[in-house]
Amino acid sequence: MQTRALQAYFGSTHAVRDVSLDFPANEVTAIIGPSGCGKSTLLRCLNRMHETIPLARVEGEVLFHGQNIYSPDVDPIALRRHVGMVFQRPTPFPTMSIRDNVAAGLRVQPGERLDRKQVDAIVEQALKQAALWDEVKDRLKGSATGISGGQQQRLCIARALATSPKVLLLDEPTASLDPLSTQKVEELVYELRKSMTVIIVTHNMQQAARVSDRTVFMLSGEMVETASTRVMFTTPSDPRTEAYITGRFG
Amino acid sequence: MSYVMVALTVVAAGLAIVPLVAILGYLIKQGAGALSLEFFTSMPKPVGEAGGGMVNAILGTLILIGIASSVGLPIGIGAGLYLAERGGTRLANLVRFLADVLNGLPSIVMGIFAWEFLVRPIGHFSALAGGAAIGAMMIPLVTRTTEEMVRTVPQSLREAALALGFPRWRTSLQIVLRTALGGIVTGVLVAVARVAGETAPLLFTAFGNQFFSTKLTQPIAALPLQVFVYAISPYDEWHAQAWAGALVLIALILIISVISRFVVRSKHGRAND
Repeated sequence: MQTRALQAYFGSTHAVRDVSLDFPANEVTAIIGPSGCGKSTLLRCLNRMHETIPLARVEGEVLFHGQNIYSPDVDPIALRRHVGMVFQRPTPFPTMSIRDNVAAGLRVQPGERLDRKQVDAIVEQALKQAALWDEVKDRLKGSATGISGGQQQRLCIARALATSPKVLLLDEPTASLDPLSTQKVEELVYELRKSMTVIIVTHNMQQAARVSDRTVFMLSGEMVETASTRVMFTTPSDPRTEAYITGRFG
Repeated sequence: MSYVMVALTVVAAGLAIVPLVAILGYLIKQGAGALSLEFFTSMPKPVGEAGGGMVNAILGTLILIGIASSVGLPIGIGAGLYLAERGGTRLANLVRFLADVLNGLPSIVMGIFAWEFLVRPIGHFSALAGGAAIGAMMIPLVTRTTEEMVRTVPQSLREAALALGFPRWRTSLQIVLRTALGGIVTGVLVAVARVAGETAPLLFTAFGNQFFSTKLTQPIAALPLQVFVYAISPYDEWHAQAWAGALVLIALILIISVISRFVVRSKHGRAND
């Protein structure tokens, strides 16, 4: 996935300024930067969620397998079935059981309807992938809001994984979680790169250092620097990056 | 001073429930005597004969509620969903304002209107016209409750569904509406309870029927109408029947209210377990 001269606006606010980036396949890219730097907005441009907000608009290109997802013949709904997203706060559907939450995305997939057995198999696999299976396998029919916040967030990750997306977007996925749950999600992110491209927005630099292969630093809507995570955190080339990661502002 | 204030509010609170308690008590005193199993299973007896029931009116009221719901619920819920999901537009503000006006519309006006457009062109009174008239009265109530309940569904749930590849319409129906359903059901039951006792709109539409009829295109009996006819009659037996009918009507409305509270509670129970 790549962006080319990407601009994003909220009304007259210019939130993302001329960002051109490559997100290498099967790697984890972390986007870091202080609050309000446009990192979440950039992420939301990658699955066309930005435009669901009134007055929001996007210019420039986002290439997914070489195709610009903003060209008029691309259906954003179909795109979102290939580009999964997990939000800052857990968002399980409260009226659905744990199983039905994981299966929710399957209901809107095109093609033939899966039978119950096939769905159950996919649910089990997604929950295992999200390291949640052992904790919920005896209560799959239970309420999705009856589990802890950390479990809910992994449930949301399982829900995103169930449709086998090519890219997974994580928008500060551990911001509302306790340290133990955070660790579980981070281990999970590390594993996921084997099967998909992961892009994670975080304001936690240690997290970026722990989970990512590449890091992007953003400031005031601009992409300041991008490099492999090791290089970024040892020898950043831009003085603003150095100032941020050494904690002089942010 | 604050003791006086507390005492005054306690008195006011006590006075507030006096009408209901007084009505219920007097209804039971006057109506319970004529109430028996026969009341729910038999047709009215001719003047001069004791006993008899209102099975036609009870069934008629249920049929009218059914017709009203099939008119009022789809329109009300649909309009409420529109107001909540597209709330800022000029059309939405207009609809919201008109719904509030319609909510305050005297029911007799609704009755005359239904007579003009649903009874006169067809040439005779009918259950359908009556159901449509009280169904129209349900619309603003259901619209505003649906809007309020749908608004309580967090934006993050809509985003989660959209991000999974749900089209907007499926997000609204399968995620948002379903999440708000408990509250909407409560609002619907309140609306049903409110129109179940309406008399004025039925006078010009359903008209009432002394015989047993379930035909939707014919005049149909209804509890409030039957109570009205019996209450203004000069016969003591009919007066007793009118009291019993009123008691059944109040009981029906109380039962619906209790069910609606139960729905709310079971919804919260599910969310917490």
